[in-house]
Amino acid sequence: MEMTISQKIISKATGEKVEPGDIVEVSVDLVMVNDITGPLALETMKEVGIERVWDPDRVVVVLDHQAPANSINSAELHIKMRKFVEKFGIKHFYDVGRGICHQILVEDGFAKPGEIIVGADSHTCTVGALGAFGIGVGSTDAASVILTGKIWLKVPESMKIIIRGNFADFVSPKDLILSIIGDIGADGATYKAVEFTGSTIRKMGISGRLTICNMAVEMGAKTGIIEPDERTLEYLAKIGVSVDDSWLVRSDADAEYCEIKEYDVSELKPMVAIPYRVDNVKPVEEVEGIEVDQVFIGSCTNGRVEDLLDVLRIVKGRKIAKSVRCIVIPASMKEFEKALSMGIISELIRAGCLVYSPTCGPCLGGHLGVLGKNEVAVSTSNRNFIGRMGHKKSKVYLVSPATAAATAVTGKLTDPRRCK
Amino acid sequence: MMEKYTIRGRVLRYGDNIDTDVIIPARYLVYTDPEVLASHAMEGIDPDFPKKVRSGMNVIIAGRNFGCGSSREHAVIALKHAGVRAIIAESFARIFFRNAVNLGLPLIECSIPAEIGNGEIIEVYLKRGEIIFPKRGKKFEFKPLPDFLLKIIERGGLIGFLREKLQANSR
Repeated sequence: MEMTISQKIISKATGEKVEPGDIVEVSVDLVMVNDITGPLALETMKEVGIERVWDPDRVVVVLDHQAPANSINSAELHIKMRKFVEKFGIKHFYDVGRGICHQILVEDGFAKPGEIIVGADSHTCTVGALGAFGIGVGSTDAASVILTGKIWLKVPESMKIIIRGNFADFVSPKDLILSIIGDIGADGATYKAVEFTGSTIRKMGISGRLTICNMAVEMGAKTGIIEPDERTLEYLAKIGVSVDDSWLVRSDADAEYCEIKEYDVSELKPMVAIPYRVDNVKPVEEVEGIEVDQVFIGSCTNGRVEDLLDVLRIVKGRKIAKSVRCIVIPASMKEFEKALSMGIISELIRAGCLVYSPTCGPCLGGHLGVLGKNEVAVSTSNRNFIGRMGHKKSKVYLVSPATAAATAVTGKLTDPRRCK
Repeated sequence: MMEKYTIRGRVLRYGDNIDTDVIIPARYLVYTDPEVLASHAMEGIDPDFPKKVRSGMNVIIAGRNFGCGSSREHAVIALKHAGVRAIIAESFARIFFRNAVNLGLPLIECSIPAEIGNGEIIEVYLKRGEIIFPKRGKKFEFKPLPDFLLKIIERGGLIGFLREKLQANSR
């Protein structure tokens, strides 16, 4: 009878108990598309030849990737999405600048414990931080959900990752998830649901949990998920979602896992993923000194106020190095506003940071801060593949907000523990 | 019917972790035209890719974790419209796998030794799970895709499948 949280959520959505390996059709609670994946989904719907939307209140459309439009082509894709939204009365539409889709799903109360969220974006696993089952898909799958409210999926095996200990100063959840990916590998969790648990996770705020679940896909996982707890309910109540204890879906004590891994963060150091692989991870201290042209602080991985506070702690009273462009982009307008009212933004600008309105922006190299030949970036985002942020000869090093800040002030990849 | 499940072509080899940013960089995601996407396929690591596929090297053999990264379906569209008929890899990233099935591009999980090089003639029998290199008289077996997925591929992808389903419902 024992089931993992993932099994429980999928069982509820199919109406019968499921086992890992089963291929089942499930009812979806919510589907999300953005300005990159949405237009292709609309093409698919046109080809199917049936114009309808399963439930206009359960479709979320976010223009965030090439937003505001960076070219005539992307402007036209945005127009297409706006027309679609209007035609079908899609209530939850976020035009350019409102925020990155995953942050919006979380802060606007779309991601709820125990629900199944399908998103046409690989980082949809981010919502697992609140105990939702987030599945990243492509445009055709998204179209199919928009049309029918259902999706076929293979019930994943679950991998359990237990994390214990307290973070040392200047070490954060980003360093933890980078070190886990380095250990497990870019395909080490392919098709699996990765459940993060342990005392460190229980003590961690929602922002850190989002960073961790966000990068589950970088080890191939179908999703990352954290059992909801008091902190989750507290967060949901704060954003105006009415909650009760029945939302605390948890794995049974004897649930079966294909693999159980344990980590202790007490000795963890600031980490870096070296191009061109997210699983090529080393302590920052071993590769310090690389000259950097651009630092990017933002993205669905690390674009929240908590991240900006880590940056401010280092940048305050210092200046961004002359040789570096330090681009800061809050993950949503709500986070931007919070940071403004806390005085963080003006401090960052004073130090020499360039602050822009919410967008995926430089993370995927389509827009804002594209890298030229041989340029080097240090980034708080989630991918460092060939050509990810621009020219195929450019390089991206993935780090925590603290390491990004330390690098921005020195102009070279720097361990933030030097900035005491 | 059997013809549908038989692919004949020549080999084009790549390594491990071919990600979707390499298959189609984000700057081209403002295009939805398959021809434009195909012309930039694999540009980051192999600028001659479109030419190679056109010359008949249309079955990709790769290593682990093919298609990792972004959910962009443009990656499958780019490869398919460049002329790729099938991809054989030791393993695939899951979103890429779904996207390929949904667009009717067959994927096969199988490990092919390095001695099989670029340009070799290859025959793939999807339903019976066999890969044959006729010139060498070598045969490799793989676990065929489940019938459910083969049916989607047979209809050219999920669109045909959906159309049948939704039209049946609305009748």
